[in-house]
Amino acid sequence: MLGNMINKGRIKSPWVVHFDCGSCNGCDIEVLACLTPIYDIERFGIINVGNPKHADVLLVTGTVNQRNKHVLKNIYDQMPGPKAVIAIGACGCSGGVFREAYNVVGGVDQVIPVDVYVPGCPARPEAIIDGVVAALEKVKTLLGMTA
Amino acid sequence: MTKIIIAILALVLAPIAGALISGVDRRVTAWLQSRYGPPILQPFYDVLKLLGKEPMVTNTWQALCAYVYVVGAALSVVLLFTGSDLLLIFFVLTVGAVFLVMGALASPSPYSQIGGQRELLQMLAYEPLLILVFAAIAMVTGSFKVSAVFELSRPMLYDIPLMFIVLGYALTIKLRKSPFDISACHHAHQELVRGVYTEYSGPYLAMIEIAHWYEVILVLGLCGLFWSTSVVGMIVLVVLTYLAEIIVDNVTARLTWRWMLKSAVGMGVVLTIINMLWLYAQ
Repeated sequence: MLGNMINKGRIKSPWVVHFDCGSCNGCDIEVLACLTPIYDIERFGIINVGNPKHADVLLVTGTVNQRNKHVLKNIYDQMPGPKAVIAIGACGCSGGVFREAYNVVGGVDQVIPVDVYVPGCPARPEAIIDGVVAALEKVKTLLGMTA
Repeated sequence: MTKIIIAILALVLAPIAGALISGVDRRVTAWLQSRYGPPILQPFYDVLKLLGKEPMVTNTWQALCAYVYVVGAALSVVLLFTGSDLLLIFFVLTVGAVFLVMGALASPSPYSQIGGQRELLQMLAYEPLLILVFAAIAMVTGSFKVSAVFELSRPMLYDIPLMFIVLGYALTIKLRKSPFDISACHHAHQELVRGVYTEYSGPYLAMIEIAHWYEVILVLGLCGLFWSTSVVGMIVLVVLTYLAEIIVDNVTARLTWRWMLKSAVGMGVVLTIINMLWLYAQ
């Protein structure tokens, strides 16, 4: 029974931490727009925390390059499990227009496992919220929950 | 025997009530910001999720500190509801708070260190206020016992109204509400990524959250003592005080620690002196 309650908590309270791998700031502004009263993601229990140790979902925007891939890996490792990663925007998904550059690694999935990809340049706030919901659906199937 | 039953009831019901109050708090805050806000049960979901996370600590001392903090907070609530000594409640509460700071200082992380220092400054601001309030209660009732308050024929608020304001100040600092949320704050902009809580995660963060629920009930219980003659009066007083706290939280910006110390201790001492002189003159 306690396990069921904990699983319900996991679905109802995904705290997100947001890491910018050096994007144009477009996706970051869209992520922060989700917190404003218009979209108000807090009504789903989502809180933007500044600390990977408190977070359940890692939102990554921007192109991963040879410099910041260590930082990204470090942040991912500091998050206690169970955790999910969402790559946001064209740059996060694949490297975007910077894909061919000599210093660019490619998508976020080259460094850490990604659960959900949210495309767009920049990704719209609706798409980002959809991405978090899709990640939760994935978590639900993993936990074997039906409702 | 009744005392044991009351103690067990307080131990079980206090965190549930505290969580519901935090849920309502978040809902009212959302309403003030013209948002919809999370469900009332959100604090339960948060803590259940945290309890189910992988335990991660930088050192074992931190885990011990989280446990001592929750035991201290729970014990002080039990002491309050069994009508024990106010000074004992104060000391138990302080031991819990000191362990929270020690846990934060046990890690070399700069965020955690600064959070710990700021928490110490917050304690420096609210602890003298609490002692002054307890001393004033003792002057009215002639005893430090909580049970003596309930033997009064008229509410304490008539005799020590200014001390209620002082307690409100201490309450704002203790609940880490704006303008005094300098050591730990979970709002969107986080200069300290939650300061004193930075290094706690998973189940240990859940422990601290539960301890915070106990503390909410403790300080609101202390507020309720000011209208001890009727249950309805107590509830009305507590609800009004908490609503005022939420509104103050939403309309004020954060103060620096210097402002906090100056205003809290300055205001507290001046109001106490006026109130004590008035008590003597009566």
